[in-house]
Amino acid sequence: MSSNEKHQTDGRTGDAHASSPSDPRSGPYILLFFILGLALSMVVGWSIFPKLLYSQKSQPIDFNHKLHLEQVDNGCQSCHFFREDGSFSGSPRLAQCTDCHAELLGESENEKIFVEHYVATDREVPWLVYSRQPDCVFFSHSAHVFGAKMDCETCHGPIGKSESLKPYEENRITGLSRDIWGRNIAGFKQNTWDRMKMDDCAQCHAQHDTLHDSSVQTGRDACFVCHK
Amino acid sequence: MKQTQTQTQHRPKRYGMAIDVDKCTGCGSCMVACFSENNVPFKQDETDKLLSITWLRVYKISNNEKFPNTEVAFIPRPCQHCAGQHEGHSPCVSVCPATATDYSVETGIVSQIYTRCFGCRYCMAACPYHARYFNWWDPVWPAGMEKSLSPNVSPRMRGVVEKCSFCFHRYQQARDKAYAEGRREIREEEYQTACTQACPAGAIVFGDLNNPEHLVHQIVKPDIEHHYRSHNPRAFRLLERLGTNTKVYYLSSRDWVRKSGDNYLPGEPVGLQGKADTHG
Ligand code: SF4
Ligand code: SF4
Repeated sequence: MSSNEKHQTDGRTGDAHASSPSDPRSGPYILLFFILGLALSMVVGWSIFPKLLYSQKSQPIDFNHKLHLEQVDNGCQSCHFFREDGSFSGSPRLAQCTDCHAELLGESENEKIFVEHYVATDREVPWLVYSRQPDCVFFSHSAHVFGAKMDCETCHGPIGKSESLKPYEENRITGLSRDIWGRNIAGFKQNTWDRMKMDDCAQCHAQHDTLHDSSVQTGRDACFVCHK
Repeated sequence: MKQTQTQTQHRPKRYGMAIDVDKCTGCGSCMVACFSENNVPFKQDETDKLLSITWLRVYKISNNEKFPNTEVAFIPRPCQHCAGQHEGHSPCVSVCPATATDYSVETGIVSQIYTRCFGCRYCMAACPYHARYFNWWDPVWPAGMEKSLSPNVSPRMRGVVEKCSFCFHRYQQARDKAYAEGRREIREEEYQTACTQACPAGAIVFGDLNNPEHLVHQIVKPDIEHHYRSHNPRAFRLLERLGTNTKVYYLSSRDWVRKSGDNYLPGEPVGLQGKADTHG
């Protein structure tokens, strides 16, 4: 009862405001002001802020994936391999590179730097990993590569075809790569590898009917499936 | 169609523990193992035990008899991973407004997702076992020690609640190995918790309570029809009459030890056959 009354009163007050504008010509100005404000915030939010949010870093040395993929037998797994316990090695350590690169093999400037700076001094290359996830994420390469027989490209894109490493855009707040968040600020995504957020994992799982229902709270996948 | 993996593809697991109190010497190895395995933070001043974070805590109990009849026993207490009366109705899970803690019917493990927890501490109030701990401060490790942290367990920030996870990351790792070898099932010895492996007395046994081949099942002999009550006369669970249906079982041949597991009235006989069902 009381809520009804309140509703009506509210309605009346609203009408009273609308029907007695102080200046009838202020309408278009307010609209213009609103549109300008919106445009401005779009510019700030969509182009200025992302530029401020990410700092650009370049990799210690450049790397030609295409060239290497042509030379090796086992595809991606020649360098990004699985250990015996099923865990994934990630980006190669110096020891794997020196299997072939104990000394100079070619003429490229980058290889020269690599051999002089890292192989000769036995230092690891501090690669910046585009796909590094936050601490709380558990991701099993094993389950996806062996279990679901997925291609590396599905998540990592055609990186094997690239001839040089793109700049690493680091989120100034989280320290993570922009590849996790994705380039498109509006949230549109064309390829499966455009982003690596939780929603993207969930979307793919839903598409491929691999949702489990082990969670009592949600009736879907339990958080512990992908978190640690 | 959505797969009901847990029901149709393989039978759900129910990981649990049997701790033999008569074997436990109270050495605390399990506590230390748990600390280092799970990146449990410590404070510069650990004298205020109320603020200490101990996922596994060894309690000392006594029969309160005069010398020479004094006896003590030690009760190692990890998270009990309650299932409740209707599988999954754990005290903490049912009160969490953030879905930060959850019960998995696939493993029976009560999970805790730190990035979802906003620290309201309802779960701590609901837990009858004091198994949950609140992080009042961001963890600080002495310089250089952060290198010894396990990459498999995420460190917790201030303002969230944490607890024993039955070393869930070890389950994840065991599954990785199984996948790599083309299997889906993991073997008993492939997933063992850190405290189990660290116990020098062999007092802790861990495994799948639903799997008759697992030692823990053979020790506990759970009665599936009656909320997994144990058929082993040496076994008891902590505060069993609350109906929390926990997955950690304790074993002792001593009456007074078994009695101290629950709130017995003076003169009340030990054992609860027929009692647990009265709770809804
Ligand atoms: S403290 Fe965290 S886990 Fe506990 S009930 Fe609140 S949000 Fe949930
Ligand atoms: S099962 Fe793991 S997390 Fe739980 S008490 Fe034992 S060592 Fe700690």
